[in-house]
Amino acid sequence: MREAIKQFTKSRENLIPILQEIQKAEKYLPPEAIYEVSRFLNLSENEIYSIATFYAQFRFARPGEHIIKICLGTACHVRGGINILESIERKLNVQAGGTTKDGKFSLERVACVGCCALAPVVIVDEDVHSKMTMKKVETFLGPLLTGSKKKVKMKKINDF
Amino acid sequence: MTFEQRQHNAIAEWKALDEKPCIYVGAATCGRASGALKLIESVNKELKKNRLAANMIEVGCIGLCYAEPLIDIAGADGVRVSYRNVTTEMIPQLINEHLINNNPVAALALGVVGSSKISGIPNLFDLPVLKPQERIALRNCGYIDPENINHYIASDGYRGLKRALKMSPDEVIEEVKISGLRGRGGAGFPTAVKWQFCRKAPGDEKYLICNADEGDPGAFMDRALLESDPHSVLEGMLIGAYAIGTTMGYIYIRSEYPLAITRLKIALGAMEDYGLLGDNILGSDFNFHIKVKIGAGAFVCGEETAMLFSIEGKRSVPRSRPPFPASSGLWGKPTNINNVETWANVSAIFDKSGEWYAGYGTEKSKGTKIFALAGKINNTGLIEVPMGITLGEIIYDIGGGIPDDKEFKAIQTGGPSGGCLPKAALDLPVDYEQLAAAGSIMGSGGMIVADTDTCMVDIARYFLTFTQNESCGKCVLCREGTMQMLEILTDITQGKGNSSDIERLLELAEAVKIGSLCALGGTAPNPVLTTIKYFRPEYETHINEKKCPARVCKALISFYVSPDKCKGCMACLKACPVGVIKGKSKMIHIINQEGCIRCGVCLDVCPPKFKAIAKVTGSLP
Ligand SMILES: Cc1cc2nc3c(=O)[nH]c(=O)nc-3n(C[C@H](O)[C@H](O)[C@H](O)COP(=O)(O)O)c2cc1C
Ligand code: FES
Repeated sequence: MREAIKQFTKSRENLIPILQEIQKAEKYLPPEAIYEVSRFLNLSENEIYSIATFYAQFRFARPGEHIIKICLGTACHVRGGINILESIERKLNVQAGGTTKDGKFSLERVACVGCCALAPVVIVDEDVHSKMTMKKVETFLGPLLTGSKKKVKMKKINDF
Repeated sequence: MTFEQRQHNAIAEWKALDEKPCIYVGAATCGRASGALKLIESVNKELKKNRLAANMIEVGCIGLCYAEPLIDIAGADGVRVSYRNVTTEMIPQLINEHLINNNPVAALALGVVGSSKISGIPNLFDLPVLKPQERIALRNCGYIDPENINHYIASDGYRGLKRALKMSPDEVIEEVKISGLRGRGGAGFPTAVKWQFCRKAPGDEKYLICNADEGDPGAFMDRALLESDPHSVLEGMLIGAYAIGTTMGYIYIRSEYPLAITRLKIALGAMEDYGLLGDNILGSDFNFHIKVKIGAGAFVCGEETAMLFSIEGKRSVPRSRPPFPASSGLWGKPTNINNVETWANVSAIFDKSGEWYAGYGTEKSKGTKIFALAGKINNTGLIEVPMGITLGEIIYDIGGGIPDDKEFKAIQTGGPSGGCLPKAALDLPVDYEQLAAAGSIMGSGGMIVADTDTCMVDIARYFLTFTQNESCGKCVLCREGTMQMLEILTDITQGKGNSSDIERLLELAEAVKIGSLCALGGTAPNPVLTTIKYFRPEYETHINEKKCPARVCKALISFYVSPDKCKGCMACLKACPVGVIKGKSKMIHIINQEGCIRCGVCLDVCPPKFKAIAKVTGSLP
């Protein structure tokens, strides 16, 4: 059985924490893991899915190598977060909620990460990028796209 | 070791900081997002290079987020100066001038911390942004190291708990009653009354919960408190647990706040080491344990009955009340739920007194409230002000007004459950009753300022999108009614509105309000109702003229190159992501409206000296 499950007791209260641990390790909830949890807690897989799908945090498909979260909370909305989202969507050729074909990037919307004073905000993996502008998008996307630290020109990203 | 000895040691440790120069770096999430961690690296490098012996402390957030990253430098004389918008390039100069030459750099300084005077640098708390503030819940934020319990103890921490443990539980509740404290999580329910219900509820097994779900997208006071001063919240919980008579507590915190979770866990560990958590706390027969539960990303979990289900490992769907959690909560046992900020006030009340706390605020709303200022305002950040201050004072005196000299249009308070208030409300004293009378609510304290470039129909649509998304789906009217309202609003913003839309929205709003079990649905129409109430002409312009006066709604605007201003510099042409700008070097460019996606990149990149791109609504000039 997975390490992520073993540390818990077999109590219903631990269902969400167990799923969170699995997702931390695997980045999503693979069907086999749900099966293991169902045996462990003596709940049906159906029941576990009904709970897991209720919460926005859980993913059911493997996400990309990098997860880009775009904040669309109130402060970020007022400061043009949607333009940032759309510009990243265009550059990566993927819609929010999806993963690029090469499996490199997943794009997610979030509703406020608590940095509203520095809106609009984008989180790449664990790093919070504040006061985003459409121009600044390239400064963090560029290096990720090429895998190097060098700043990439806008044009190049357009071709992507 | 007794607690008195620990207090003694903590004070000694705190005082010892003055013996060496000290650098305080604001490293809460907002500081980190502005580059605080890089500053720490470069401060360390600079200290090493100059062979300076100095302490460096990571502190939390003082609330001046607009000036982040902030670092404070205290020289050998102990005088502490706060520097704003610091970059790594400034570090050598700051260390050299302030620490080596003992010459604080006025040009980069924000203010002097404390009462010392330095010519050319104002005192921090004389700044307009801080002067009207009263810091009770935020008392230690930005001053102490949140990961060091000794700093909290040296700042009079856990004195309130000691005092409470000497009182009877009923006396503790009486003290809260005298303070007039009301819940800071949104509804403003009197805290003492809630505690009393739970204390009186039959049963030996009871629970206590700290609600740190902070779902209002635009509020961050709970995050800042937990990241900057977690013990103030935890001490409050201990006092509450003692008064109510419970031994088990939960903190339900949203997963979007990883740093707050880390600091909470560090704080809980330190409490155990100090005998402040577990059995026989401070040698008394009071026992209390705390578990951290991490939310899984659902706004509705912030609603108390939904939260109970989430902790139990179920779908977090609100249920009807009564029974209230105070009589039947977690696993059917009496449970008391309070918000993070409420708990941080409790510890302050017991350190001072209920009467002292009641000295702040208005008749029915005592004490202070933290607000998160964001949106179109200069001094974005967190503020704590006495209840009764006017919205105008908050926006202009503390907030520094609207950026780029634009005009104030509205202030949104209370998040998705609240409303948008117009200019006429600037004189409104802020307390629970006054905000409610104006059609909005205090809520958790989010305040988003809108200027003339903000479209009120779009704001209403934004909030409805949020609540529609977050509706748990249990009540038909919340689930379907918000959907219908959202569709109407979307039509209006896309120029497909018709003259009966406003009436239909009002009708649906009433139905959704009445037909929803919990306040998510019950208050979801508020942003729509208040924008219709105060900004009806803006709706009418969208519907009748198919124009968006604020030039926000994409379907109703166009970008246009003014032929007389365009110098043919090719900047927009190169930047346009869909390649619909035609032209050649030194020849006037033209945007092909057919393919334009109205992203606005052209406007961004057009050199300010030309200003050739115009955003217009309605027909092109
Ligand atoms: C949809 C919804 C979301 C809520 N979210 C929160 C929240 O994020 N934080 C919070 O403290 N209270 C929230 N509340 C209010 C809680 O239900 C509850 O009233 C509060 O935690 C009680 O604490 P207090 O008396 O200290 O304010 C929410 C209520 C509703 C209806
Ligand atoms: S609204 Fe984006 S961080 Fe809060």
